Amino acid sequence: MPKTTSPSAILELVVRNHPGTMSHITGMFARRAFNLEAIFVVPLPGGETSRILLHMAEEPKLVQVEKQLAKLHDVISVRHRTDLAPEIFSRLMDQIPGVSPAPTS
Amino acid sequence: MKKITGANLLRILLERQGIRTLPGIPGGAILPFYDALHGSAIRHVLARHEQGAGFIAQGMARVTGRAAACLATSGPGATNLLTAIADARLDSIPLVAITGQVPQALIGTDAFQEVDTYGLTLPITKHNFLVRSAAELLEVVPLAFELAESGRPGPVAIDVPKDVQNETIDIASLPEPGRRRPLPACPDEPISALAHLIAHAQRPVLYLGGGIIAADASSLARELAHRAAMPTVCTLMALGTIPPEDPLYMGMLGMHGTQGTNFLLEEADLVLAIGARFDDRATGKVAEFCPRATIAHIDIDPAEIGKLKTPFLGLVGDAADILGRLLKILPPQKRPAWLARATELRASYPLDHPPRSEDPLHPVNLCRFLGEQLPDDAIITTDVGQHQMWVAQAYPFRQPRTLLTSGGLGTMGFGLPAAIGAALAAPDRRVACVSGDGSILMNIQELATLAEENLPVAVLIFNNAHLGLVRQQQELFYRERYEASRFSSNPDFAAIARGFGVRGVHIDPNDDPLAEIANALAGEGPCVIDIPIHTTANVYPMVPPGAANRQMISKKSKPTHA
Repeated sequence: MPKTTSPSAILELVVRNHPGTMSHITGMFARRAFNLEAIFVVPLPGGETSRILLHMAEEPKLVQVEKQLAKLHDVISVRHRTDLAPEIFSRLMDQIPGVSPAPTS
Repeated sequence: MKKITGANLLRILLERQGIRTLPGIPGGAILPFYDALHGSAIRHVLARHEQGAGFIAQGMARVTGRAAACLATSGPGATNLLTAIADARLDSIPLVAITGQVPQALIGTDAFQEVDTYGLTLPITKHNFLVRSAAELLEVVPLAFELAESGRPGPVAIDVPKDVQNETIDIASLPEPGRRRPLPACPDEPISALAHLIAHAQRPVLYLGGGIIAADASSLARELAHRAAMPTVCTLMALGTIPPEDPLYMGMLGMHGTQGTNFLLEEADLVLAIGARFDDRATGKVAEFCPRATIAHIDIDPAEIGKLKTPFLGLVGDAADILGRLLKILPPQKRPAWLARATELRASYPLDHPPRSEDPLHPVNLCRFLGEQLPDDAIITTDVGQHQMWVAQAYPFRQPRTLLTSGGLGTMGFGLPAAIGAALAAPDRRVACVSGDGSILMNIQELATLAEENLPVAVLIFNNAHLGLVRQQQELFYRERYEASRFSSNPDFAAIARGFGVRGVHIDPNDDPLAEIANALAGEGPCVIDIPIHTTANVYPMVPPGAANRQMISKKSKPTHA
């Protein structure tokens, strides 16, 4: 599988799980004109917290994105997952029955 | 165990936070809380518009450095607060905004006076809450104050549905009030590195922002300037940190800074920014800001380090703590040549204005005259526009927290309610609001609040019958095509003041105007002083928006469109 050509990064967050958390995170991306390519959220056991994987397209802004995310009260931790490639998001999507495969270009 | 309603619990939690003055306006969805205020230690101040309530609270917070609260109902009450909240966010002012909300059963039904306050306040607060049960207040209220005051201060919004205010719960005990949470200290290593940088620089400059005032570190900054022989520039938000008489003080930098100040930064080989965020109005074209300098940056907010300008050295932490530790290891420096150069630049580019004897009502002369009339601890609020920049350039601020101004959001209408808040928070001090004939109309209804509270606030309107800074930009950059910047109908502000029950004085320029102003300022209680100034005077120097700071326009070099 070919690697994406545009530099990008995957961030893993642990967040407080309550209504509004997702708005805070996606709102921060929109407000500061950062591009959010993909987002994947699962509650962690106990239901108090959730784990989020974010795929962002513009690596040059990564440090600023990490710092702005860390400032949000509902974000408990931010980690740059250099070991993950963005293809995991399309692979996850492919595993959902009834969802047509992501177009490859 | 004790039975208590959500409204009473909220009132008790605010009392325990030390809230004694609470500006706001009642309405249906917040009425249970207003009922709980009856007989409380909290004195409610009835504003005449929720934005006024928000800025009254801001005035209190800016004077004390502690979080102030304000109150509004749901729907339009909440939307009217938004400007004051956004303003607090951009200037890092600790504010707790409390709004009523429709009962939870009605949320999402487009009920009367329902608006998504949580969604609207989300991008303009440090954090916000929609409270879903009275029990949640026990956690939310102390946390809101803790967040507002900790680290980089800012606004927090709490939306409380009416059924939550009416809910009765059993409580066993009350939580501790929320307080400023100490931050992890900056490690020693970058502080040593900073001391080394300063000691080896030849032409260092200290660049101070509003964070130096938020950190209560003004005296440490002055000590550093003198120990390290560093000429010092201030942003609008840092004015008052260093008195203008200090030989190391170079004034305000940026769009309306003095030319010598901006040229000094061009020559600097080290710029130490403290609590400053490299705002475009301060830096001009940021890529060309301080082109010869190594940048070191101290800030309490890690996201500010490298946001716009990548520093050689970034230090995250409390400025007072870092400066205290830096001063312990930094040997005194002597830089006679550099200090002489700074003095030369300062002397070579004074503010361009006619002498007082020729033109007493020139705004620069007016601001200096006010500085002579008012004590050093007088609090000056401004609105936004030319008058704000003239005050920043010419009023001699000598103490921190004596200039309250909307720096980041640039909100016209800030000045009058902020002055009311300042007078409420500092009852023994003189307060003056310098405004313009455009700005004052944006919250003029607060004259009613001022009359009711009978506070010693003087409102001075620099009246040029224009939106002056708009007119100035149209003259300089839009080929003198004046569109929507001139008022062909201008109200009689002295008569308006009297209509509100406030002393109103119109200054006649032909009749010893400065003596009249002094006379008006000497009277008891609130007053409005309407001062006619030149209708086409410009604020100089000026850096064109988007240009580098060295490309300043002065009165002599202004472009002509013949």
